Amino acid sequence: MDKRKRSQRKGKNSGLLLLSLPTLIWYLVFCYLPMFGIVIAFKRYKPVPGKGFIYSLFQKSPCVGFDNFKFLFLNPQMLLTVRNTLAYNLTFLVIDTVLPVALAILLSYLYSKKLSMAVQTAAMLPHFLSWVVVSYFLYTFLSTDRGLFNNILINTGNDPVRWYQNPGVWPVILIITHTWKAYGYALVMYMAYITAIDQELYDSAIVDGADVFQMINHITLPMLRPIILVLLILNLGNILNTDFGLFYQATRNSGSILSSTQTIDVYIYKALMENANYGYSAAASLIQNTVGCFLLIVANYAAKKINPEEGIL
Amino acid sequence: MKIIRPRSNVFISLLAVFIAVVTILPIVFVFIISFSSEESIVKRGYSFIPEEFSLEAYKYLMSSMDIIGKSFLLSIFIMIVGTTLSLWLISTMAFVISRRDFRLQKLYMLLIIIPMFFSGGLVASYVVNTQLLNLKNNVLALILPGACSSWYILVMRTYFKNQIPEELLDAARTDGATTFRLFMQIVLPLSKPIMVTVGIFEAFAYWNSWYYAMLYISQNHSELYPLQYVLYSIQKSVEFVSHNDRISGTVVRHTPTESFRMAIVVIITIPVLIAYPLLQKYLEKGIMAGGLKG
Repeated sequence: MDKRKRSQRKGKNSGLLLLSLPTLIWYLVFCYLPMFGIVIAFKRYKPVPGKGFIYSLFQKSPCVGFDNFKFLFLNPQMLLTVRNTLAYNLTFLVIDTVLPVALAILLSYLYSKKLSMAVQTAAMLPHFLSWVVVSYFLYTFLSTDRGLFNNILINTGNDPVRWYQNPGVWPVILIITHTWKAYGYALVMYMAYITAIDQELYDSAIVDGADVFQMINHITLPMLRPIILVLLILNLGNILNTDFGLFYQATRNSGSILSSTQTIDVYIYKALMENANYGYSAAASLIQNTVGCFLLIVANYAAKKINPEEGIL
Repeated sequence: MKIIRPRSNVFISLLAVFIAVVTILPIVFVFIISFSSEESIVKRGYSFIPEEFSLEAYKYLMSSMDIIGKSFLLSIFIMIVGTTLSLWLISTMAFVISRRDFRLQKLYMLLIIIPMFFSGGLVASYVVNTQLLNLKNNVLALILPGACSSWYILVMRTYFKNQIPEELLDAARTDGATTFRLFMQIVLPLSKPIMVTVGIFEAFAYWNSWYYAMLYISQNHSELYPLQYVLYSIQKSVEFVSHNDRISGTVVRHTPTESFRMAIVVIITIPVLIAYPLLQKYLEKGIMAGGLKG
């Protein structure tokens, strides 16, 4: 009997192993194999004509230690890139939390559930459109010759603006575009969490004579706290990562506004695809990943320290 | 929560309507432009009230159907194959790690969670995909790299753990069902809601994907351009389409360039616009189940 059970368990385990095999292979090939590519960050890659990449990398590309990193740190353009990345991400961190939470609380007070649903539907729609499509939306407003903004400027007797050549305006444009695309998803999520709050909490608060703002302060916000915190921790782990589509595609990769649109991800892409600087690109990726991991762990640790119930890991 | 005054409700309602309208305004704008005549665009720029409506852009779209149509079909092909593959990879792994008696469960969990926070970076992925797997200019490059997602595996695992009764699996096992049969005949039929939800998210992701085409499909392989990438390519000129046009010489001169671009935006957006409201309840479930994915 015992023997039968054991062999059954063994069979079950090998069955599970077999079932998981395709996904396992996918992970090894598309996630773990590239992790060895970190070596590239410590090499000066020299392509050997007629030979494959692996041969070139290990036979002909000299090991340069931390030279690639040194170059990145000494490059003034890189400083700007990191500054952009951090500035945008911190701004997004604040807006992506405050705006959807505030809107969700407002909408939760609507009498008409139908209206609330309709607004959520409209708000979430941009999330399901691609950045290529969004870049056209932007173009209809910003195009120098035909865009709506310049039409309005000209009709009101002002000079047209060359938006895609004017770096000063892009922080605002990018923040609005990002918010437009992202707020609805978060709004729907927070709405769902608010709806799930026990109604009796509010009922007893009303009996106690609490007003709307007291209820928001003492019931709604504390109930949303855990999810807000989890999102903050995850976003801290992504503090050096940006949405490539927003910064490359929505800006139409316009060269003259790079000073306010280039982020680390754009740099990584361009170093590889436009300049074939394998080493620099890999080094930038490695920094981005390491810092992200480190911050994630620190933030998670801090959150747990404050409240052992919280944190994600 | 009817604890606010009617006057405040009116105010919030107006604000809500305003926000909703502003959000969908750009979409309406592109629709209007795509139906504007070329002359009125040239004369007045992009406008909410064009001087003259016209179907030129869509007529031209029909005439370049050999290219646009092919890309459209390719996009649909990628979406269907990709979504199916995704669901298979995600659900099998989710089922496996939801089994408490699976000996490698902890190792598998680690294997799935690490890539959520650490990756080899773009260069390494690019090298592996082009040099080792030969995915350059291969339609698989548009399907495989994005096929699996640690996030959805974890979401689905939670669902399996909570929604599929352990006794049912045990009973079937005692009757001699293999793991594969267990998965196909009990787990999959019981997990329709989560499969539909994840499937929809994956389908939208494939439909909207352009990044992999930009990385892995080169210009001389335009037959492998999905619709999103066609749209990307005609950003600067519509040459991509007219160039390949058999009767380019005569047609190009009358190309309704401006409205034509917007018409492509419209035909990419319409499937989303149609599918989205129908599927909204699943999407919301997905957002709830996921909670975290931004």
